[in-house]
Amino acid sequence: MFSLIRSNQRKSAILIVLMGVLFLMIGFGLGGWIDPRAGLSGLGIAFVLWLILLLISYAGGESMLMAQAGGREIVKQDAPQLFNVVEEMTIAAGLAQPPKIFIIDSTVPNAFAVGRNDQRAAVAVTTGLLARLNRDELQGVIAHEIAHIKHRDTLFMTIAGTTLGAVIIIADLFLRGLRFQAATSRRNSKDSAGGLALMLILALLFAVIAPLLARLLYFACSRRREYLADAGSAQFTRYPEGLASALEKISGAQVNDGHINRVLEPMYIISPQAARGKSSGLFSTHPSTEERVRILRGMSGDSSLLAYEKAFSKLNAGKTILKDVPEDTPEQPTRPQHSRIKSQFHSPSAGAQRAV
Amino acid sequence: MTGLIILGAIVLLILVFVGMYNNLVRMRNEVKNAWAQIDVQLKRRHDLIPNLIETVKGYMTHERETFEAITRARAGAVSAQASGQVGQIAQAEGQLMTAMRGFYAVAENYPQLKADANFRSLQEELTSTENKIGFARQFYNDSVLKFNTACETIPSNIVANIGGFKKAEFFEIKDEGEREVPQVKF
Repeated sequence: MFSLIRSNQRKSAILIVLMGVLFLMIGFGLGGWIDPRAGLSGLGIAFVLWLILLLISYAGGESMLMAQAGGREIVKQDAPQLFNVVEEMTIAAGLAQPPKIFIIDSTVPNAFAVGRNDQRAAVAVTTGLLARLNRDELQGVIAHEIAHIKHRDTLFMTIAGTTLGAVIIIADLFLRGLRFQAATSRRNSKDSAGGLALMLILALLFAVIAPLLARLLYFACSRRREYLADAGSAQFTRYPEGLASALEKISGAQVNDGHINRVLEPMYIISPQAARGKSSGLFSTHPSTEERVRILRGMSGDSSLLAYEKAFSKLNAGKTILKDVPEDTPEQPTRPQHSRIKSQFHSPSAGAQRAV
Repeated sequence: MTGLIILGAIVLLILVFVGMYNNLVRMRNEVKNAWAQIDVQLKRRHDLIPNLIETVKGYMTHERETFEAITRARAGAVSAQASGQVGQIAQAEGQLMTAMRGFYAVAENYPQLKADANFRSLQEELTSTENKIGFARQFYNDSVLKFNTACETIPSNIVANIGGFKKAEFFEIKDEGEREVPQVKF
């Protein structure tokens, strides 16, 4: 588990640096577009901007994002069962302390986690999620979020998400400016030279390619993280069926009610966009729900990471996803349904009570 | 020249030793923390049980033996916990769980009890505490397995021997009814 986290952290660092380089390229291109000699100043300004962005998202990322998503922090009396489930999964994952818990008022069921480490983490669930899922399903979802925290995906998502957002916005502005200029007037071509034309072409190239590349990097990496978090959820709960059935319920109930935040979108357990019917192609942050469910249901009685890996490669022609799971991982048998839950209230009224 | 090589080899050996030693310490601390978590949750369950009995007494007037069995099992579990012996605790907790199962079965016959809000919230607390014990035990046993494997396998077993690391004990609750799926639902 520790090696998994370490390799994840290493990859996060590489990815964030790569995205930073793309950001700098745009700065260079933009500077060069304004004036062929200002390419380097553009680079400098972009670098400073990027540093500021990183600092902000590192220092106050979790509360900022939670405020953005419209979450309110709750105490135990507000939703005792949710609180208990979060505490249970914290223990199962061996986190130092439970994350803060937020509730978002939305009938669309979904959940996400933010925070740079387990001391500064938070999970959010919507009221729609609480109303729809039973205890086992809720446990599967919370375990998935706790796994994101444990794997430090939340740190990566926060920082990479902020950088990606900035790259897209600046490239957008840049392209719009170019188009505007082309439409209104020819650029003053008296100071023209071969250098200017070259700079313009370079700038255009950067503006078009950088956001695409940044998006690809981000999404390629975040999909693997989803699989990893699913595997973690199965391992912590020892009950993959809970998450599988929760995923089906959640994806079946996605509608756009205006609460979806584009920056946060990749962090949700089910991407609202993917569920709206867009393809799970190159630019999708999440693997398709059907595949995630098929893998979870293909684990056949063993809840270890290795079992998840086996189920994955069976469905994907021998490909692997977790990569560094040791072959001698001991089996972690799946528990029978409700074996830990000696008695529980699955009545609709209990669900309604929770959703207050 | 040969002196330098020997010196280098010794330094390298020391570094490897230190690394393995620190790794063992880290794993042993994880086992300790995991155990502390179990301890907290066991204590919580022991604290909840008198509350539960207090709440249900008014409804279940004819079930004195059931209460006595739980109270006895709880007292045994509390004193076992004080002893700190993993094996002893596991045995006492197994008895407590069997007694609780008996109680749940009997509680089925009291529909008014099931409607009591106080009882229901206590029930969620007990359920969750039992879950937490289960998950803490799961994490503890996983940690123990990792630690013990390191203590037994070459080359870290050499370091473990020199450093005096002792293998940790698994926490397995022996409860006759645990294997079967209980059908108790409120």
